[in-house]
Amino acid sequence: MLTKKVKNRIYFLFFIFLLSVIGIFLILTSLNKNILYFSSPTEIKQKEDIQLGKAMRVGGMVKRNSITINEKNIQFIVTDFENEILITYSGTVPNLFAEEKGVVVEGKLSDKNFFIAERILAKHDENYMPPEIKKIMEKNAK
Amino acid sequence: MLSNIGIGLIVLVLILSFLTIYTASLDLKMPGQSIKKGIYKLSLFQTTFTVLSFFTLIIGFINSDFSLSNVYENSHTTKPLFYKIAGTWGNHEGSLLLWVNILVIFSYLFLVFNHTHNKKFRLYTLIFQNILILGFSFFLLLNSNPFNSIYPIPLEGLGLNPILQDPALAIHPPLLYVGFVGCSIYFSAAMASLISDYRGKLFAQSIKTWVKISWCFQTLGITVGSIWAYYELGWGGFWFWDPVENASLLPWFAITALMHSLIVLEKRNTLYSWVVILCLSTFILSVTGTFLVRSGILNSVHTFASDPSRGIYILLFLSLMIFSSLIIFFTKYKKETYNFNLKSRETFILANNWFMVFFLLTVLIGTLYPIFLDVITSVKISVGPPFFNIVIVPLVVPFVFLMAIVPKFSWIKLQNKIFYKILFLILCGVIINLFISHFFGKYSFLSNLIFIVAIFLILQSFLDIKKLINKKKKPELSRIISHLGFGLLVFFIGINHQFSLEEDFNLKVGEIKKTKNYEINFEGIKIRESKNYKAIVGNFKLINEKNDLVQYLNPEIRIYSNPETLTYEAAIKTKITSDLYLTMSNVSRSDYYNIKFQNKPFMIWIWISALMIVIGGFTQLTLKKNED
Repeated sequence: MLTKKVKNRIYFLFFIFLLSVIGIFLILTSLNKNILYFSSPTEIKQKEDIQLGKAMRVGGMVKRNSITINEKNIQFIVTDFENEILITYSGTVPNLFAEEKGVVVEGKLSDKNFFIAERILAKHDENYMPPEIKKIMEKNAK
Repeated sequence: MLSNIGIGLIVLVLILSFLTIYTASLDLKMPGQSIKKGIYKLSLFQTTFTVLSFFTLIIGFINSDFSLSNVYENSHTTKPLFYKIAGTWGNHEGSLLLWVNILVIFSYLFLVFNHTHNKKFRLYTLIFQNILILGFSFFLLLNSNPFNSIYPIPLEGLGLNPILQDPALAIHPPLLYVGFVGCSIYFSAAMASLISDYRGKLFAQSIKTWVKISWCFQTLGITVGSIWAYYELGWGGFWFWDPVENASLLPWFAITALMHSLIVLEKRNTLYSWVVILCLSTFILSVTGTFLVRSGILNSVHTFASDPSRGIYILLFLSLMIFSSLIIFFTKYKKETYNFNLKSRETFILANNWFMVFFLLTVLIGTLYPIFLDVITSVKISVGPPFFNIVIVPLVVPFVFLMAIVPKFSWIKLQNKIFYKILFLILCGVIINLFISHFFGKYSFLSNLIFIVAIFLILQSFLDIKKLINKKKKPELSRIISHLGFGLLVFFIGINHQFSLEEDFNLKVGEIKKTKNYEINFEGIKIRESKNYKAIVGNFKLINEKNDLVQYLNPEIRIYSNPETLTYEAAIKTKITSDLYLTMSNVSRSDYYNIKFQNKPFMIWIWISALMIVIGGFTQLTLKKNED
């Protein structure tokens, strides 16, 4: 027979085990819901099953002479030199945002050519290029 | 010249490290309880030389000695003196030198101040700490030497990133470093305690002060960083779940858990193994954070110009640390007897630890998952703030609740009479919460709960303070201040989150925009010249339509020349009840300026509450001294 002490310990361990399983499960499920995928304009074009209205990130170069501003928002085109996507954003831009510079925007697709950005990611170093964009640029430059 | 002095000093530190390890291991075999005088001397010399090497680098920065490549890359002659000095630790190499400095200083202080403790334990701590010093000094010399010279000597430096030229950010790294690197000493002490079999209560007493010091500095460092992000980054938030912020939060969770379980170890002489695990993981997480930031794996505001070889060295060192600490832990592991009463204070202090571990795991998974996925499948993802908010925020409710009631428990069992008091206070919380939601607008069920528990904790803390005033001895004071600070922090963050207003729009000079409560007149711009930048200053007149109060805000667009960079400076009008926050930017010299306007209630109280948590910690340190 198990003594009371041993029994208590088993209950305690079981309780902790259960708690950890629930904890990890909760973490992973909400992680899955809140992942932001990063895509280039080309990937958005090619992907068939892309979800509209789901938060994601798009990266590339701001196309030359593509920035237009009206009283409500800013529009510009992000290109990876193969495909382009039109971005609409309202708010202040980060200090290193400029034409022909790398950019990553976060927001939602409203269709395959049109993206509504909620955030433009700040880059703190003018020589710094996000690794994601670097890859795309190297692939498409030549 | 400076280059040779600096390198010479570091080499001396290295040699002294070897000597210390050697003499300490000889002294281990000697009988008696006192450590040889020679070892104190070695340690003192080591401290002197590291501090001197750091001053050498500072002198290099003050004199703009561009023969040092580190100075050339990170400084400029026109930079104000204050930022020349701050530039010393504003870059990878210099900050690593600061890192080594703190390792050495803490090693010496621990040796001197713990003279009442077991000799073997102290000597082993010294040995382990010196192994850490060796590791990081070699890294410094071989890979990231701040004293590298260049020839021919350049006439002008490249300058420090303007966004770093800011008072808050000048003190942010040293604070954080004392916090993070300070953990090294109880990492070493924990290893030493396992090997020399110096366990339990006495071990807890030996590291207690060091844990508190590093906790205070970590908390302060994180707060200052957050304040900086608020007024410098221009999006008006103060916490972003940015990977690097997360990296700083990981050791903080571990150390907070450690600080609480240390109380149990000291008072009840139990939980030893768990305390050791926390000691080890706090410093391991600090180094992990450094690795993530310095290797350039994380893509965030802190990206130092990255270099893969750095990452590999730190990763190697990190795995060595984890591996050796695991081996020592399991070979020296001894079974403990736990006799817990389920309703006692120690069970609930453990509950604090469970929460901390859960928060830690959440943040760790959220931060590392994108990296793993990238390595394994090369799919690029990132984990946004919603993840952390969804997982962590609901748990804040029981966490804050426990924070209020646990200290009321006596060490062994809960008394029933305080139960009614608690019930009464919760009722007060519910009523105050009803008032808030009635007068200021509705919010979600979860927010209701958060407000209630936060108010409960605040009221409880105030009652505790009232009780304390009549007492002479105040051992609980620091705990109450810190817990009150945390309650206020949760409360004000809640309010701030619920009732912040934000408007984004674009304006031309002379135009007027009407928002919900404010009329914003963009009256004009003017140019202002400063020593190392030129600024376009916007003049905005804000009229509060409720009470016709007129305020002027002047956000700036600064153009720095060295290096050539643009920064946007927010205009912030801070009042006791709210902050007005306005930033403007301009793209491609368009006529339109992009404006972000925010009204953030009780912003300053968030900082005050965070500082209060820190003050609580420092109070304990000073109280401790008076009692001795």
